Amino acid sequence: MDATHAIPAVHYLNATHGLKSWLLTKDHKRIGILYLISISIAFFLGGLFAVGVRLELLTPAGDLLQADTYNKFFTMHGVMMVFFFLIPSVPAVLGNFLLPQMLGAKDVAFPKINLLSWYIFVIGMSFTLFAMVAGGVDTGWTFYTPYSAAASNTNVVPTALGIFIAGFSSILTGLNFLVTIHRMRAPGLTWFRLPLFVWAHYATSLIQVLGTPVVAITILMVFVERAFGFGIFDPTRGGDPVLFQHLFWFYSHPAVYIMILPAMGVISEIISTFSRKTVFGYSFVAFSSLAIAVFGFIVWAHHMFVSGISIYAAMVFSFLSFSVAIPSAVKTFNWTATLYKGAISFETPMLYVYGFMGLFLIGGLTGLFLATLGTDIHLHDTYFVVAHFHYIMVGGAIMGYLGGLHFWWPKMVGRMYNEFLSRLSALLVFVGFNLTFFPQFVLGYLGMPRRYHMYVDEFQVLNVMSSAGASVLGIGYLLPAVYFLWSLKKGAPAGNNPWGASGLEWTNSSPPPTENFHVTPVVTHEPYEYTPHVAREKHVV
Amino acid sequence: MQQQKEAVTLGMWVFLLTEVLFFGGLFTAYTLYRIWYYDAFAEASKSLDLFWGGLNTAVLIGSSLTMAFAVRSAQTNHRKATVNWLIATMFLGAVFLGVKVIEYADKFEHHHVPGPNFIWESAHEPAAGEAPVEAAHTPRTMSAEQLQRTTQIYFSLYFTMTGLHALHMIVGIGILATITWMASKGRFDEHYYAPVEMSGLYWHFVDIVWIYLFPLLYLVERHV
Amino acid sequence: MSHIAPKSLYVGIFAALMVLTVVTVAVAYLDLGAFNKVVALGIATFKASLVVLYFMHVKYSSRLTKLVVVSSLFFLAILLALTMVDYASRGFTPMPPSLQ
Repeated sequence: MDATHAIPAVHYLNATHGLKSWLLTKDHKRIGILYLISISIAFFLGGLFAVGVRLELLTPAGDLLQADTYNKFFTMHGVMMVFFFLIPSVPAVLGNFLLPQMLGAKDVAFPKINLLSWYIFVIGMSFTLFAMVAGGVDTGWTFYTPYSAAASNTNVVPTALGIFIAGFSSILTGLNFLVTIHRMRAPGLTWFRLPLFVWAHYATSLIQVLGTPVVAITILMVFVERAFGFGIFDPTRGGDPVLFQHLFWFYSHPAVYIMILPAMGVISEIISTFSRKTVFGYSFVAFSSLAIAVFGFIVWAHHMFVSGISIYAAMVFSFLSFSVAIPSAVKTFNWTATLYKGAISFETPMLYVYGFMGLFLIGGLTGLFLATLGTDIHLHDTYFVVAHFHYIMVGGAIMGYLGGLHFWWPKMVGRMYNEFLSRLSALLVFVGFNLTFFPQFVLGYLGMPRRYHMYVDEFQVLNVMSSAGASVLGIGYLLPAVYFLWSLKKGAPAGNNPWGASGLEWTNSSPPPTENFHVTPVVTHEPYEYTPHVAREKHVV
Repeated sequence: MQQQKEAVTLGMWVFLLTEVLFFGGLFTAYTLYRIWYYDAFAEASKSLDLFWGGLNTAVLIGSSLTMAFAVRSAQTNHRKATVNWLIATMFLGAVFLGVKVIEYADKFEHHHVPGPNFIWESAHEPAAGEAPVEAAHTPRTMSAEQLQRTTQIYFSLYFTMTGLHALHMIVGIGILATITWMASKGRFDEHYYAPVEMSGLYWHFVDIVWIYLFPLLYLVERHV
Repeated sequence: MSHIAPKSLYVGIFAALMVLTVVTVAVAYLDLGAFNKVVALGIATFKASLVVLYFMHVKYSSRLTKLVVVSSLFFLAILLALTMVDYASRGFTPMPPSLQ
């Protein structure tokens, strides 16, 4: 526990004043805050669309929304959540804020490009918001051709352009992080002394720069088909819609690893802090991040098993998809081993970690059902798939993101939030989440298709449970907005290191000075040097 | 300064890596459709004017040479030479684009732009008033009707690939114009020439894309 | 890259690239069957390598730069190869006559 408890007189938030100082900032910490605001708006909008979906699904009949409107709701829910919330979330907010600090650097390698990437993100989001206001899109977030390229009469072009533009934000962030990690580590900070959060973001950045360009060109091909009447995917001229799927999923599968890997990095940081113990099998966890990044690129066609690909290709991709589960399992085992004989506690960030462990496990295991060819024939395009990916994306990625926000919030704003409310919120999120999505596994197994606004009567009970869960989940998500904002004015000063955590980011003040460190740190020790038995004796909080 | 140069160099190479994957998606589509519709690709490719294609290839390779000279001049602190070689590079880039305008205009004229106005006169059926075309040496497996449809795929790829390439060239010329202005103001010397070098990397990359586009689009089947 | 190449090297590479371009066009007029595309791509790749190694100085660059170049080609190869695994194997099991 650090002696310095006061909020410093000058820090990155108040060093300069005025809107211009924020909109023209080159400070990675301020850029992280700018992203926080933008993606929170996206999350809220995506959540509104989800409310529409779950309200409609309270009754078997399609009585609340017309079919076309329902299609627009789930499409826009997916587009907002995937491209404008999940993909940026941890890297753009926490990665931006923390990476230079964890490396002992003053900023990222290219601060101006960092700011540019936020503007690009905002412009992309604006295009997509315009499309929503202008009447929406109904193709599903996956934009399958030929419907998206030819038949749909909704606002495909502006939505697609918005995603295309936002993709460059992702590419530039990844590029910036790669160069920063390679070139700007403090003296003594060798690769194997890096926090696992950094390894996770390195792997994520690899995926961002390798995969995003392919979805970008795919969107461009759909655009030229719609705008100029070209025919790359048009079956009437010999084009192959399945080619679209190959190109789309080449990015969109690795994209899910963009969403989960940073969250896994967060988990490593929190779990070691609140076990007072180094992460078990550090190098295995580090290399598993890289393995997930690489393996993630060779499994994409498991989204296409029933699209008409050859059975031999399906077998190849099924086998490869099983292999990508291995590095994730390695992480889960190592985190569990970290808990074992650690001095574990139950602060809010750690609650999210516990939640993550269980929910990611279920999400990951159910992925295997889908990777298995035979069962996928039955489960494809049912609610089983919906439940699977929500367990990973929400139970995994969002829990990681929220855990990270709660862990580093005191560092970001210099103040603590209300621990009771935050624990309550974590509990509501966990309970609400399971109530929302577990019934969907059953629904999918029983055969309820996804993307339908009506269903047979016998599915209603499970759907009502799911919608009820969604309302609990919604409250759990809204609460942090309340107590985080409250903490800005009324929270207790956090001090440099309220959690007694290791890592360079905890050695400076909370909030940190603009230049992060007054003196460039020199690193001489390994990461996560905790002593659990000492912590148990001292009852260190 | 050295650390900055290393960072900028790595950054540019990572960016070029993204460009490889960006164009790569188009090359994937090209690969599939060339295999599926070889006859259409062969016929359509033959309709491209090899003179302009060959000239453009030479022009672009020449511009890579002038670009390499420009970087070298910056490295050796020859301000005027740097500016001159950069101007030469931009000039050759402009020539390339001018030729592309000629080629595109020709396509518009012959209704070879895919879409509702597309017309394809197959080699089997010469246009009215033209001399009969000799039958191709390799037997054709696609009917005239199939060719009429699938040559649109070839031309869709042609316009998308060369169009995207041309866009990159325009951006490249814009970047070089900025660098030329900076060089003329004496901003570069043997210790600081990274912007010239990075622009060079980008320019050479655009050249490499064309090195692949040329045989893939113009030389599918030229033998009789 | 502190290495400064002599002008003559660049001129030599330029000459090689021009010659190879002429060769590519000339070979296109020969009927080599399936080998036409092999030769065309092979020459293109050799030309690209000359540009990468000498004009872009990769021959004198760090290992990391070389790794970036190789990685881009590796992942492009994955995109092409695994996509074509699907298309190439579609004909392995013919449709039953009743469905043809």
